[in-house]
Amino acid sequence: MSEGTLYDKVWDRHKVTELPNGQDQLFVGLHLVHEVTSPQAFGMLRERDLDVAHPDRTFATTDHIAPTEAEKRERPLADDQAEEMLSALERNVGESGITFFGFESGEQGITHVVAPELGLSQPGMTVACGDSHTATHGAFGSIGVGIGTSQIRDVLATGCIAADKQKVRRVNVEGELGEGVYAKDVILKVIQDLGVDGGVGHVYEYGGPAIEALDMEGRLAVCNMSIEGGARAGYINPDETTYEYLRGREYVPEGEAFEERKAYWESISSDTDAEYDDVVTVDADGLDPLVTWGINPGQVIEISEPVPHPDDFEARTDREAAEQALDHMEIEAGQSMLGYDVDVAFLGTCTNGRLSDFEEAAKILEGNTVDADVRALAVPGSETVRQQCEERGIDETFINAGFQWRRAGCSMCLAMNDDALEGDEVCASSSNRNFIGRQGSKDGRTVLMSPAMVAAAAVEGQVADAREYLDDGSTGGAGGVEEVAD
Amino acid sequence: MSANDADDQHITDVSGTGVPIPGDDVDTDQILPAKFMKEVTFDNMADYLFYDARRNDDGEFNDHPLNRFEGASIAVVNSNFGCGSSREHAPQAMMRWGIDGVVGESYAEIFRDNCKSLGIPAVTTDHETVVEVQEWIEANPDGDVEIDVEGETVTYGDTVIDVDVDDAMREALVEGIWDTTALMYSNRSKVDDTVADLPYVEGDD
Repeated sequence: MSEGTLYDKVWDRHKVTELPNGQDQLFVGLHLVHEVTSPQAFGMLRERDLDVAHPDRTFATTDHIAPTEAEKRERPLADDQAEEMLSALERNVGESGITFFGFESGEQGITHVVAPELGLSQPGMTVACGDSHTATHGAFGSIGVGIGTSQIRDVLATGCIAADKQKVRRVNVEGELGEGVYAKDVILKVIQDLGVDGGVGHVYEYGGPAIEALDMEGRLAVCNMSIEGGARAGYINPDETTYEYLRGREYVPEGEAFEERKAYWESISSDTDAEYDDVVTVDADGLDPLVTWGINPGQVIEISEPVPHPDDFEARTDREAAEQALDHMEIEAGQSMLGYDVDVAFLGTCTNGRLSDFEEAAKILEGNTVDADVRALAVPGSETVRQQCEERGIDETFINAGFQWRRAGCSMCLAMNDDALEGDEVCASSSNRNFIGRQGSKDGRTVLMSPAMVAAAAVEGQVADAREYLDDGSTGGAGGVEEVAD
Repeated sequence: MSANDADDQHITDVSGTGVPIPGDDVDTDQILPAKFMKEVTFDNMADYLFYDARRNDDGEFNDHPLNRFEGASIAVVNSNFGCGSSREHAPQAMMRWGIDGVVGESYAEIFRDNCKSLGIPAVTTDHETVVEVQEWIEANPDGDVEIDVEGETVTYGDTVIDVDVDDAMREALVEGIWDTTALMYSNRSKVDDTVADLPYVEGDD
């Protein structure tokens, strides 16, 4: 049993009581709501004639079905089903007194991008949302969990979830990241090492030099993909990086109140002598950029490595998964992912849809042109991110290179709006899941990578090493591309 | 399903014919593709269960197990079933298709939680046993598979095997206390006490 970890402390502070079924009743300090998984829950509430218990702790936005083309955001939406979902959300939050960040607010976007940037997500909170990527908020040192719709009903009606306390695995990430290697590469490496179901029954506490060196946006990307490693939640202890990020944000108190709040934040950090159920080390020193070659996020290699052979895997399940992956991706074992043809480049999502993601990609795109055969989409994670990019002229870099510059939403991560793969298109994607069918076509193929790698793939029309665009040019870009010093 | 009558539902055992759904890491995007989530109720979800996997390129049903074992009540799955998205649409679709219980090697946690919320027992056993049950169902499509939640066994044909049921799930289903909204709603005053001690709830709202 863990003791003295942030997880233990936050759990204890939010535990209401033990339920007769042995689970703990846990107060949810921040409930995030979107249009896809909540209408059924509001319906269940109506059936029981119950009100929303804590509307002041509940915030909503629209992301999954949000059209990302400006002209398609006129109401009513052209897609009747999308309009019905959005209208239902507006009605539900309106009747319940829940703050809603809609298209008109200027702050609409993906829940897991919006809540951090507004300062809603803070250390020492419990955060729940009907979305598995709620783990994202753990970047602040909170417990963020994805929940199903019946549990959304629970939170709406009672402000609480019934939860089983999990084991705590400390994941020490050692080493220093080189130029062109990012938080996304770190979390892909963690999932490769620990497995896509390695985290089942656990929450991950990420720490160590490679994690502590990350800025908040990088930490959000790491915690975001905890669920891809099977962990229900992942978190990072808050530090000065966390506090400085929070200072001045819309929902963060100011002045003396900030200092008081900070005292709470500091108090919930894991003790130096905290006990963990498990401690593992992941070596990220000298890591090359990673790309997936298969159909789950654990099927990943450094760009310098060949695609593995099914026989390379010890576990029967891994061998079978590898065979299925090679078949779906139409690649051979031993092949390099460098040069793998790409039809679509997609930059955005709750993993990599923040300002720094677009800044890094823009470094590669500056002075370069998207390959003529590539459809390239840049979808800011929120309207705030879009504005930040536009203030800096980053949108111009994308547009000049040949990217479509879109409005905020989940977009082609799961293709619930008009943005989808067609046929067996290959997508270089900054998203989090390469599952078969995930991007809207059952034959579509997804290669997960960092935003910089997406930009490089867009330019070359094939998987490429983004570092060749970032250095002094001495290594030479593949395919005779123009070099950009940075 | 009316959520109101859940209080009286003790789920001690479920049975019916089986359907093997083989494969590890079967994710919720496969179980219920996202494009079918654009509905404000779960009413039609059964129609979309494994929608892509069940069809050929021409849209006709293929030989997917769900097409071959129509009317089955017990799904038998492999490891890390239901991984990925938290969408309750996935177990809702299974339930509405007719699935009352699941036997598998392991489940993603949100999926298992969702099953518990819906009163669907999701029990576990080892790989070899799961494969045996899957093969038995293939050979005996009309044979009954019974999950005894309370006794933690699965019976098929003349064979009885021990299975594991998560403590909280067993307690919730057997005692009929899987309606967590009702359970937690009765603790409102305790919630107020917990909230009063949280420094972040007061002040900035």
